[in-house]
Amino acid sequence: MNWFGNFYRSALGKKAVMAVTGVILFGWIFLHMVGNLKLYLGPVHLNEYAHFLRAMGSPAVPESFALWVSRIVLLVCVVLHIHAATVLTIMNREARPVGYRDRDYPSATYAARTMRWGGVIIALFVVYHLLHLTTGTVHPSFIKDDVYHNVVTGFRVWWVAAVYIIANLALGLHLYHGLWSMFASLGVTNARVSKWKRAFATTFAVVITAANVSFPLAVLSGLVR
Amino acid sequence: MNLTLHVWRQKSRDTNGSFATYQASGISPDASFLEMLDVVNEELIAKGEEPIHFEHDCREGICGSCGMMINGTAHGPMGGTATCQLHMRHFNDGDEVWVEPWRARAFPVIKDLIVDRSPLDKIIQAGGFISVNTGSAVEANTLPIPKPVQERAMDAAECIQCGACVAQCPNGAAQLFTAAKISHLGLLPQGQPERYERVLKMVEVMEEHFGSCTLFRECEAVCPKEISTEFITRMNKDYLTAQVKR
Repeated sequence: MNWFGNFYRSALGKKAVMAVTGVILFGWIFLHMVGNLKLYLGPVHLNEYAHFLRAMGSPAVPESFALWVSRIVLLVCVVLHIHAATVLTIMNREARPVGYRDRDYPSATYAARTMRWGGVIIALFVVYHLLHLTTGTVHPSFIKDDVYHNVVTGFRVWWVAAVYIIANLALGLHLYHGLWSMFASLGVTNARVSKWKRAFATTFAVVITAANVSFPLAVLSGLVR
Repeated sequence: MNLTLHVWRQKSRDTNGSFATYQASGISPDASFLEMLDVVNEELIAKGEEPIHFEHDCREGICGSCGMMINGTAHGPMGGTATCQLHMRHFNDGDEVWVEPWRARAFPVIKDLIVDRSPLDKIIQAGGFISVNTGSAVEANTLPIPKPVQERAMDAAECIQCGACVAQCPNGAAQLFTAAKISHLGLLPQGQPERYERVLKMVEVMEEHFGSCTLFRECEAVCPKEISTEFITRMNKDYLTAQVKR
């Protein structure tokens, strides 16, 4: 732990932690998207899948145990990811207190430049998303265990669908830069890997965003009812 | 050609600066940016005004003394060149040009366009060297180094410590500089004994003065020696390896 504290104190260490937690969160987001595709198979499939997530691991472990383990892992990742980002942002602002009159960016992508605000948007969205479809606190007609009903009635409200679409576009940009830059943060110099990192980041950013945006669009257009 | 210059003027470290506007007239398109400033300065001196102060030495693009933000880009619009090697033909007659000093907390303005870049020296002092007894040079072929390794080490060693990477970086980070210095030693056999100690020490001093990397790759775009950000990845690898080893 002392070693980790020492490592985490350095900015390069924080970047490595952000990369590792980012990969874990990305892996989870990918599985979440794949699971959600069951929306297109109808209520029985989606609700069965939701039930499976709770029952996962039983009877070897109590029901919901595996689900809570993964939730705790994700929470730790989110906390570390945001903490590192915040500390580094403060450090960077302090390192460049005065800007230029007419700043030109010859190289930085829009995705790279919006990492910080994109991250804030995603974090706020995650809170809303949990209150909306996990706890149902802000859902007008939430039925526990009927995920399909909750998703479809939720997305029928146009502004809710818009919130999901905007947040997932922000997520796509965040992934586009994050999935590419994590290779540098982790010091992956292998030439064969490096050749594919841009394609890797682009593919997963596009696939995840397209699929996630398709859910509210499918409900709004009446394709999924 | 005629240009309108807006140049940052600042008397000293402790005073506030501001932009002053000058007309540069009758400038040859073959003049370098510094020669253009020389012409303006001669007129200022003739009028009894304080000339624009800027750092320069070799004017061949190899010493790393000169450097300024020109229209919001370090070393100006051309890429792969220091300010002294930027020629006025890359501008248009009648252009308005904004000239600012490097901006970073680590680089306080000393006067006008001159900044104090000594924190870069502190990074070097922390480990940017090889500890060997000096003496006559060893016969070159006693230590065979593969050509591709030589070339890569040389790509990193091209760094002239001008500070453009820090100036261009929105985080005021010196990653490209530090990575280049770490790599040109770390790639060669002579640099191996201190390789991991070096990266730990140099990164520690770097982080005391400068920001952290967000992979914007702005530094690479303005580096007069076109040093690749791949060296930053390499530095991260050595740093993480060093952390695991210790």
